[in-house]
Amino acid sequence: MGTLEVRNLVKEFRLGHGLRRSRLRAVDDVSFTLEAGKTVALVGESGSGKSTVARTLARLETPTSGEILLDGRSVSGSRSALRAYRHDVQMVFQDPFASLNPFHTVAHHLERPLQLHGVARGREAVAEQVRGLLERVSLTPTEAYAAKRPHEMSGGQRQRVAIARALAPGARFLVADEPVSMLDVSIRLGVLNLLARLQREENLGVLYITHDLATARHFSDEILVMYKGQVVERGPSDQVILDPQHDYTKTLLAAAPDPARHGRLRDEVRAELAGERA
Amino acid sequence: MAETRFLPRRSAKLVAGLVITVGIVLFAVVAPFFVQDPRFSGNDAFLPPSADHLLGTTKLGYDVLAQLAHGARGSLVVGLVAAAIAIVLSLIFGIFAGYAGGWTDEVLTMVTNIMLVIPGLPLVMVIAVYLQNRSLWLVAFILGITGWAGSAVVLRSQARSLRSRDYVEASQVAGERTVWILLVEILPNLLPLLAAQFLFAVVFAILGEAGLSFIGLGPNGSITWGTMITDAYGGNAMSAGAWWWFVPPGLLIAVFGAGLSLVNFSIDEVVNPKLRVVSEATDRRRAPEVAAPEAAPAAPVEPAEPAEPKAEVTA
Repeated sequence: MGTLEVRNLVKEFRLGHGLRRSRLRAVDDVSFTLEAGKTVALVGESGSGKSTVARTLARLETPTSGEILLDGRSVSGSRSALRAYRHDVQMVFQDPFASLNPFHTVAHHLERPLQLHGVARGREAVAEQVRGLLERVSLTPTEAYAAKRPHEMSGGQRQRVAIARALAPGARFLVADEPVSMLDVSIRLGVLNLLARLQREENLGVLYITHDLATARHFSDEILVMYKGQVVERGPSDQVILDPQHDYTKTLLAAAPDPARHGRLRDEVRAELAGERA
Repeated sequence: MAETRFLPRRSAKLVAGLVITVGIVLFAVVAPFFVQDPRFSGNDAFLPPSADHLLGTTKLGYDVLAQLAHGARGSLVVGLVAAAIAIVLSLIFGIFAGYAGGWTDEVLTMVTNIMLVIPGLPLVMVIAVYLQNRSLWLVAFILGITGWAGSAVVLRSQARSLRSRDYVEASQVAGERTVWILLVEILPNLLPLLAAQFLFAVVFAILGEAGLSFIGLGPNGSITWGTMITDAYGGNAMSAGAWWWFVPPGLLIAVFGAGLSLVNFSIDEVVNPKLRVVSEATDRRRAPEVAAPEAAPAAPVEPAEPAEPKAEVTA
């Protein structure tokens, strides 16, 4: 078991320079706990600060104030502490077309974290681990995929590689920053199901960042709704979706297409057009 | 889907450029073994080209072909050494500044900008005047340390853009060291750009050396294309009508520069795919005009406006 806890996280960005300086508070006092084996969804519109939370968790940004606690312990900024932290906490980026280096093969992307985190030593052991990782993300035949370069693969396959890379150090917590928003609708479910399966099998704690309430409800135990840097609503998934308290959550829900209202919008638009003509 | 290419396509430009470049390099490497001593003055002066002296002789009786072959060596050495120095400096000042950001970036960029606004040739002249004994290597060194600022600016902006790419951040998350990220993740993606900058620096240095030599500040005691032109000028080749003395080195400088530029254009098409797409997009736009537009109702897929120029993907 283990926990990844975010406590009173604040992140400010300085904008501009010289005399015209201002501050943007991207994340304002956000706290939550990620438990092993649980998925927490962070939902919000663009610019609500979800990605900044992800980047801070991945230690790509340093918090302005607040703490990140891994298994109850604060993480210092030293090299070795950072590496130990990254051994446990990894991130899947939003855009699989940008997150893989176009110059390198799939094998390179997986070998490096394996070597850096001492998961495997020696060429044969590393190759064995790479095969294992590719199998876990269902990229078979593994030999063929290991030799490919990013441009030879589809978005879904790339994202699977990115997930395998995040798993390579043996991470216990995964921060998935809109992992399917750049993918074709037809393959989103496959990638999400893969994440869900891995989460179950490996007892991962997953922070699933999305703007899609439907998948958030489907794949996560808890939902946090962010708006302008603050968490405005939180609770078990079904509760948040079925009984939203905050106005912003209601707006979000209303904005999502609802299958039950199938065709109604179309009829409304037609009626409006007919009215205009008359 | 955007595809990244690392090798230029085999175009007419590339082939022509490579033939010229490789040809001249081979000439510089091989020819000196088959010609007279370039300082052998036992020939008659001002002999026009003949079977014995393919490119004639100079005022002092030197064989022009021999001078040209050894001069090719000298000029290429100056070009390569100066370009190597310039590229290393521009890597340090460009990529390091771009990646590091912050104060490091400010300081390094300031140095780059100062170097950029100092006019190159006058600076080189001032340095060269102070150094009375100028070897070939010293001239190459001077040209190298004065010719890096332009490419440093280009590399810096490129490195800045690469720094924030997801795959660079992904390797940070994986725990890579900065040096590794620079050398293994970023540098390979800059290779086409670096190659272009290098070739440009070679041309720049060869021209610079020729210019220095012509005003009498070139290397002492070595033969380059530049010193040949100077000698021809000093030896009144023009008034003597000895075109075979000054035309070959001048022509080789021009042709070599053109060859490298052609290779560079091909590399540019890799770096900047827009250059490559333009011709194909215009082709596509022209195609329907040829195929009688009225008589073609069987093409409902084709939109009225010309297809948007897509980045060429496969092939």
